Amino acid sequence: MSRTPSRRARAVTAVVIGAGHAGLAMSHHLAARGIDHVILERGEVANSWRHERWDSLRLLTPNWQCRLPGLGYAGPDPNGFMTMPELIAFLDGYARRTTAPIHTHTRVHSVYPGDTGYRVITDRDEWHCRAVVLASGACNLPRVPALATALPPGIASLTLHDYRHPDALPAGGVLVVGASASGVQLADEIQRSGRLVTLAVGDHVRMPRRYRGRDIQWWMEVAGLLDQRLDEVEDLERARRLPSPQLVGSPEPRTLSLGTLAEQGVRLVGRLAGLRDGHLQFSGSLHTHCAAADLKLGRLLDTFDDWARTHDRDATLPPPERFAPTPVPEKPCLGLDLARGEIKSVVWATGNRPDYRWLHLPVFDRKGRLRHHGGVVDAPGVYVMGLPFLRRRKSSFLHGADDDARELSAHLAAYLVGPSSGETNRLDARTSFASALD
Amino acid sequence: MTTAIRTIDNGVNVTALLGAREALAQAPEAARFTWRASCDWNRGTHSHHTIEGFHGLGEAQSHRQRFTFDTDHPEVFASEDHGPTPVEYVLVGLAGCLTAGIAAVAQHRGIQLHSVKASVEGSMDIQGILGMDSEVRNGFDDVRVTFDIDADASREEIAALVAQSQKRSAVFDLLTNPTQVSVRLA
Repeated sequence: MSRTPSRRARAVTAVVIGAGHAGLAMSHHLAARGIDHVILERGEVANSWRHERWDSLRLLTPNWQCRLPGLGYAGPDPNGFMTMPELIAFLDGYARRTTAPIHTHTRVHSVYPGDTGYRVITDRDEWHCRAVVLASGACNLPRVPALATALPPGIASLTLHDYRHPDALPAGGVLVVGASASGVQLADEIQRSGRLVTLAVGDHVRMPRRYRGRDIQWWMEVAGLLDQRLDEVEDLERARRLPSPQLVGSPEPRTLSLGTLAEQGVRLVGRLAGLRDGHLQFSGSLHTHCAAADLKLGRLLDTFDDWARTHDRDATLPPPERFAPTPVPEKPCLGLDLARGEIKSVVWATGNRPDYRWLHLPVFDRKGRLRHHGGVVDAPGVYVMGLPFLRRRKSSFLHGADDDARELSAHLAAYLVGPSSGETNRLDARTSFASALD
Repeated sequence: MTTAIRTIDNGVNVTALLGAREALAQAPEAARFTWRASCDWNRGTHSHHTIEGFHGLGEAQSHRQRFTFDTDHPEVFASEDHGPTPVEYVLVGLAGCLTAGIAAVAQHRGIQLHSVKASVEGSMDIQGILGMDSEVRNGFDDVRVTFDIDADASREEIAALVAQSQKRSAVFDLLTNPTQVSVRLA
């Protein structure tokens, strides 16, 4: 690989953008179909996991579930949870088995329509290709509410990409905004560091780490929830927006919930609803959100119990259990004056979004979201991988990439053959499932 | 699910609501509504209110008839009590909004309702509005809604109806979250 910034165009059938698990999984299936392709990676393999996550993070899925096309977990601790270095080593090992060239340290600057497909312009080369696979990740940009700009000076403000460990925070109280997996994990470790945490809680998904002696992900998998397809859920938009469940991967499995956090002394408040003249305003809906999450957890456990009963597993599993309702403060705090000095830093655990600013194609809706049907983007020959509920509930998980890549590579292969095959890029999700599964 | 929707009747046209959702997704600007009320002071704490027109779906709309309301304060406030207090109308708004939501969600989920009764309480310390203690807020410091629902559904399913109605309630949102309010002279 030469570092000369020449603009000579190179031709390849398909370009995969991103060498994370999704791009590598797609490469596996493209190779199996004999489709020549390259993988372009802005940094190194597993770049986001290397550089855009906090130090203590471990995967939320147990090791036995960390499967990629042609590779299962073969290490010594199937019930453990991978640390970031372990995950990076896992993906590095997988990348070494990849037959397609991986161009690391090659940043895609832009993708344009071209004469025969697309022009992919990087900081090194220009590629001409017929198909493009976007596997650049779902978490490129932290999502931070607009009111963050109104924080008074002197209050540290950190996104999920800035935060590494609690000791980098200033001494004093910390407001963690958001109670998905990241929010509860950070609230937990920051509170343990001796800083008093206030956790702003909106819509959230409560889940115990283990249920009836098994990991919750085991239940999600065997009960078929992870395989649920996009045409099997009533409200796909909602399913895609669902906050990540309140889970933590830890050396010893443990449940992290608003209840355990409250026991540790974390102050639970409602969703951060406003910031006016240095006053934080919290929604009065904390009780509503907690009650809804408790109800949904009950329904989820009912689903698992039904599964166990109908599959004759009741005899071999511990009996069903139900968990105490989330303890909500009688009078939750509705407002905090930042001038009182109680809060010294704010951590925005308010989610992430993909970055497609380099994608110069008319494939975005009015809210700037990528228009796609189960990963088949609204531009012929363009596909996307790894987004939440792309095709199935498991799509954003490591182990979800295999089925999605198999089906989308089938669609891509049919597209390359041309319309004579009866395929078009406008297939709806259901049709593309059918064609991919035949 | 479809059979259930046909056989139960809560008096909610779910098909129309879902159709509206679909249509508005194509024309999101039509989803902007403006609600209006006009107020005419009578005397003392007594005012007379009229509600008739509103704006939505891209054009001026109107109720089937003009509705009028009186607000006043009870005699313990040294008023003449020609109508409920404004804060009681807020409770009416909350209960009306949540209950409408329950009916719609129940219809959508195929649950036949037999009765839905709500009691709503809002408590406040009037030292706030009397300007006696600056640390006491003017408005409610706690609002409690209790639903008593008779329906062909389990207690969990009914609890889920109530939860979902809060999630989609305009008045619940108004009461629990800050709202930009501007008041000026014409």
